[in-house]
Amino acid sequence: MKTSTWMKLIIVLLVVAIFGVYTLPTIIGKKNTKYISELVGGILPTDTINLGLDLKGGMHLVLGVETDKAVFSVLSRAANNLQQQLLNAKIAADNVIPSSKDATIKIHLVDQKDTNKAIDIIMNNFPNYKIISEGQPIVIKLKEQIVEKIKNQAVEQAINVIRNRVNQFGVTEPTVVREGEDHIVVDLPGIKNANRAVKLLGETARLELHLVDDSVSVADALNGNLPPDDEILYEIKRDPTTGEVTKVPFVVKKEPIITGNMITNAHVMFGGTLNQPYVAFELNSEGSKIFADFTATHIGKRLAIVLDNVIYSAPVIQSRIGGGRGEITGNFTLEEAHDLALVLRSGSLPAPVKILQKVTIGPSLGKISIEKGRKAMIFGALAVILFMIFYYRLSGLLADLAMTLNIIIIFGTMVILNATLTLPGLAGIALTVGMAVDANVLIYERIREELLIGRSVHDAVNTGYARAFITILDANITTLIVALMLYQFGSGPVKGFGITMAIGLLANIFTAVTFTKTVFDIVLEKFRPQRLSI
Amino acid sequence: MVQIVKPGVLIDFVSKFKIAVSISIILIIIGIGHLIIKGPKLGIEFKGGTSIQLEFNKPIKVTQLRDAIKDSKIFSDSRIQNIGSSNKRFIVYTKVSTSSTTRSIEDKIKPLLKNKFGSTFKILEVDMVGPKIGKEFKDKGIIAIVLSLIAILIYISLRFQYRFAFGAILALIHDVLITVGFLSLFGYEFTLDVVAAILTIVGYSVNDTIVIFDRIREKVKSNRKLSNVDAINQGISETLSRTVLTAGTTLFVVLALFLFGGHALKGMSFALLVGIISGTYSSIFIASPILLLFKGQLMPEKKEVESADRFKQQIEFDIKQRGG
Repeated sequence: MKTSTWMKLIIVLLVVAIFGVYTLPTIIGKKNTKYISELVGGILPTDTINLGLDLKGGMHLVLGVETDKAVFSVLSRAANNLQQQLLNAKIAADNVIPSSKDATIKIHLVDQKDTNKAIDIIMNNFPNYKIISEGQPIVIKLKEQIVEKIKNQAVEQAINVIRNRVNQFGVTEPTVVREGEDHIVVDLPGIKNANRAVKLLGETARLELHLVDDSVSVADALNGNLPPDDEILYEIKRDPTTGEVTKVPFVVKKEPIITGNMITNAHVMFGGTLNQPYVAFELNSEGSKIFADFTATHIGKRLAIVLDNVIYSAPVIQSRIGGGRGEITGNFTLEEAHDLALVLRSGSLPAPVKILQKVTIGPSLGKISIEKGRKAMIFGALAVILFMIFYYRLSGLLADLAMTLNIIIIFGTMVILNATLTLPGLAGIALTVGMAVDANVLIYERIREELLIGRSVHDAVNTGYARAFITILDANITTLIVALMLYQFGSGPVKGFGITMAIGLLANIFTAVTFTKTVFDIVLEKFRPQRLSI
Repeated sequence: MVQIVKPGVLIDFVSKFKIAVSISIILIIIGIGHLIIKGPKLGIEFKGGTSIQLEFNKPIKVTQLRDAIKDSKIFSDSRIQNIGSSNKRFIVYTKVSTSSTTRSIEDKIKPLLKNKFGSTFKILEVDMVGPKIGKEFKDKGIIAIVLSLIAILIYISLRFQYRFAFGAILALIHDVLITVGFLSLFGYEFTLDVVAAILTIVGYSVNDTIVIFDRIREKVKSNRKLSNVDAINQGISETLSRTVLTAGTTLFVVLALFLFGGHALKGMSFALLVGIISGTYSSIFIASPILLLFKGQLMPEKKEVESADRFKQQIEFDIKQRGG
């Protein structure tokens, strides 16, 4: 044989071996592969192909982070701060109003003569803001790049918190990734209790301890007589037997004493007369000191434990609480207490999240889909295989081998790239099977034509391949363009379809052209046939 | 040797252009007309809403299911689809979706079904899409289709001639319109999978057209005296057996997907089925005869250098320039 033929043969065998090794586990199972691998010293890969959620069941969640709310909380903190500083400088302000719509704060001064003094304070102490109106009211605006930074940080932080929670929830191989500007995609394969998981992930979990302001009567406050540094929050009580819900209003100080980011740990404990579950939490050193000092000076006062603006309980401070420990009681079920401890441990979300898309697929449906997809693929492929042999005899068989090799390369590449096989992806492979033989049909038809006009077998094969190759390249490139668009713009399952098609098309050029030509070359050189089985 | 098309057969495809165009226009008018009058049946991916797939232990009637849920505000105007023929699997579609992480639509349907059917059912799949992301999906789908068209247009213009690009794109639009029309006529929903299928048809249609164009180009180059009509007819005739074979093998597979692939692949495989038939037909009867609408030679002499050769020359030139 010629050296070039030898080279081709070696390359072909190498490709078959590499992709075959990676495809093997998917076909014969992880266990069997491990067994075989041990025989050769454990060098074989044992990973099987990644199945998409639509094939193995689970939950696909697209969450949107309400980044505007993160900006608003920065604005309102600044507004509070500014109000305090104006007060300290003896400047009277009617109100200081933050607005998230255009990221501004409006300041209405009582006396317009104070305007310059107020602007001095703003310019010295609020470098992130630019003044856009010095009249009545003064309007200051959070700088554009700061807004972008806050939004970006909110999404990044939310991803971290959600990833934390997902990891603690105990799902195998979860993924949490950012998509676009403010979307977070969460995939939880094989999850059983999807709704509980959604609740857990979506909980803002902003824990704050507020002092209850006993100097103001609740009735007065509800009638609008609320001091500016106070707010009304509600305790929600649910009767365990009737399920009836009652809301009890409390007047509390706006400024929290302790916030959730001072929490280092939280877990479920049991106690009380009924041995009910409650959540015990631990504070970091800063929080512990604040907590100890505060409780020491406020004995007899009540402390409201507020989670996401709802009061869980408002116990009376009996004595100074050292050691940085506290507890949250309420009528928790064990599951609720467990989930609360989990979200406190994993930190609070910087901004609320909304569900944009939620797909829950039961494992049985995934099995049905795989079964049906596989059946369809086998039927289709079998029909094509038999037809090719019927129509092109031995050459048809060769094209069938090429097609099989194509499927092996698709599976192997997907394992190597850690890509995910979805149901449309399965359809994509089936479609590739149909189109994979196209290249060989093109070549064989051409060879038949060349034979008809009287060329020798050797010449006919070479001309057939040469002529058909340009066509195959053109045709595959245009289809590849589409496959890449599908990958780029598709979401989830459609992306999977694009991937399998793209790999199939690229592999096609190798299997249908290089592989089959190598076999033809060997046959032509070895046997010098006078007729072709085509 | 088994052969579908006997060698040397020459069919006058060009003369059938007018009939072909008439048939296509009628089919497109019927299909797209139906789509416009009835409005597109968008999947919940695009319009937002919730679909809940249920499976019962024993067969039930659709009316029983409707009775069970019709009193709830969420499900009062929901659509129910029976899957398969066992009367056990159903999909309930409602326009309602919730962005809240603490409430879920499926929790609302469970008690309703429990009241009527006990625990003889289970929820197989819940798909909820908010209206905002639905719009994003729609935009992305349109961008993908438009960009694909532009990219293909550029590629064919470079490799062939603008008139070939024009023919290919027109055939492609024809295929997409036929497919979309048929989807609407047969009551299929437009889902993400179906959009993916339409894009695949775009690829397939061009693929098919290019094979024929390639042969026409070759005919013109090998015999400059050949008339345009003869070049086109010969090009199509000589590739006819390949066209039929490839369409055939691909249709085998897609038909298998359609028949055995289950509910989840129905819409997608139907779109592919229609698209592949249309794509094969349009490559022969639409794309190629359109080349005649332009005056002058199909491949003018100066363009004769194969692009592949031109590429080679370019490289050789570059090497020389760099003195290497």
